[in-house]
Amino acid sequence: MNSALLSVRSARKMFGGLLALDDVSLSILPGQIYGLIGPNGAGKTTFFNVITGLTNPDAGQFMLQGRPYRPTAVHAVTRAGIARTFQNIRLFPEMTALENVMVGRHLRTHGLHRGVMGALLQTRQFKISEAVIRREALDLLAYLGIDRFMDSLARTLSYGDQRRLEIARALATEPLLLALDEPAAGMNATEKNALKATLETIRRDGKTILIIEHDVGLVMGLCDQVTVLDYGRVIAQGAPAEIQRHPDVITAYLGSGAVRA
Amino acid sequence: MGFPQLSIPLSRRNAQIAVIGIALALIALPFVVGIAGNAWIRILAFALLYIMLALGLNIVVGYAGLLDLGYIAFYAVGAYLYGLLTSPHLFEQFVWIREAFPDGLHSSIWFVIPLSACIAALFGVLLGAPTLRLRGDYLAIVTLGFGEIIRIFLNNLNAPINLTNGPQGISNIDPITIGPVNFGKSLDIVGISIPSVQLYYYLFLILALLMILVSVRLQDSRIGRAWIAIREDEVAAKAMGINTRNVKLLAFAMGASFGGVSGAMFSAFQGFVSPESFVLMESIVIVAMVVLGGIGYVPGVILGAILLYAIPEALRYVAKPLQETLFGQELVAPEALRMLLFGLAMVMVMLFRPYGLLSVRRSQ
Repeated sequence: MNSALLSVRSARKMFGGLLALDDVSLSILPGQIYGLIGPNGAGKTTFFNVITGLTNPDAGQFMLQGRPYRPTAVHAVTRAGIARTFQNIRLFPEMTALENVMVGRHLRTHGLHRGVMGALLQTRQFKISEAVIRREALDLLAYLGIDRFMDSLARTLSYGDQRRLEIARALATEPLLLALDEPAAGMNATEKNALKATLETIRRDGKTILIIEHDVGLVMGLCDQVTVLDYGRVIAQGAPAEIQRHPDVITAYLGSGAVRA
Repeated sequence: MGFPQLSIPLSRRNAQIAVIGIALALIALPFVVGIAGNAWIRILAFALLYIMLALGLNIVVGYAGLLDLGYIAFYAVGAYLYGLLTSPHLFEQFVWIREAFPDGLHSSIWFVIPLSACIAALFGVLLGAPTLRLRGDYLAIVTLGFGEIIRIFLNNLNAPINLTNGPQGISNIDPITIGPVNFGKSLDIVGISIPSVQLYYYLFLILALLMILVSVRLQDSRIGRAWIAIREDEVAAKAMGINTRNVKLLAFAMGASFGGVSGAMFSAFQGFVSPESFVLMESIVIVAMVVLGGIGYVPGVILGAILLYAIPEALRYVAKPLQETLFGQELVAPEALRMLLFGLAMVMVMLFRPYGLLSVRRSQ
């Protein structure tokens, strides 16, 4: 009945007396770039944390590819197929860019020979597997255009490249849904355009993307569908053009009275 | 174009020569220092024991970033296990053991050493499981408590049933025997007499090399990357699909098993164990070894262990005569001097090389 890739129904989360998420529902179709916007404190990041298992929801139904999943453990959600980035970049700073992405392959490479025994005995399968992981990680760096930094420590990369590396690392987990928490934060106009092109490429290559963004221009130009949150509630849902004209959205962003003006 | 192609086999050959050279030097070393007396070979053997301990702790602290201040407890577990299973203590205490083993419990090392690794690993998991949510200072406090609990148990488990013989410790522990070679006696081959300590030196050398191999190979593997990822950012590691619970428990278990094997070796080497060998200071010294040389970096950890064990120990033999010739009397006791230098080394490293003496923090 449901062809949505991710569908969330009535997600609720209370922090003490504060209702951070109040019956938030949305559904993302395969191949979409889905935008989640809203003023500061609207609950966007809380929603992200809830669907990725970082914060346990109080209520709600969560379906991924038509199958229910319980967002209770972060690593299990990643295994199920949602990979995320963080608002304040969380790379492995003392590892090289390549090693960062190789960590991302952790989930999709297991088995006896790739585990402890394989490493200790340096079996042929282990060596092949390591070479493949390295190759795949390098390909992902190239895909994001940062392969020339493969041997640089992650902390030494520029801000924009760190964001790209975080996306490469998330893609390494082979997600169905790539969830990006403010990927354009702190980027200049040129970097934003490059990011936009990158995300469009990722979508064209068959990934679905959920994106939290403050930059309304970027969201409007990029997303197929947008949900607007305010005070933990969905105030509008639809195509970008509809959202832009929605009176509640204008009120939330500009204050009441702005509609008439 | 031909130049780099030429240089590769040459450098590989150089590496082979270097390895053979180091191996010969390590084999010959006890013969050289042995001229000055067996006490010096004993220092070398103990340095190797500390290298093993530091390598084990490096997996927990260096790779996985879990600050463990009770590491000596695993050393104690291994030492007591070996002691109990190869000494007459249990034989004398329990009738049923006397009946089951009329010749005494002289367990084979092929049984005791793997067992000490496994039991220590089990203790590692016992410590790890309740502390999974803790990090940094908080984890350090709990592990410190764990180390002390083990020592206090060993000190007091002589009543109501005498399991550990309390503060008197366990004596008459069997030396290691491998085939016809009894490590407790000197070995005569082709006219050369190799003393007991030197035999232990070679055994510890082999074990230390094995642990180096394990450390290095694990570091460059899926599991090693997962450990380091947890050290770097635990939340991000989880978001990469790493089951941080299992991976951390594996680090605790693996580190503890190194400690357990080292403990069994210590027990066999000394022939005697008592709780006072496993005080908090020992745990702190091992952490210092890991930090001083280069945390998470195997050559650094080895250097740290050598510097913090062998040099102060050598000083013990040199300091007294040196002071007597210089000042006519002994001004500072060697033990005080040792702690003084120890503190000085830590302060200097923290000031000038905060990542450790040998760390290669690749910076660009």
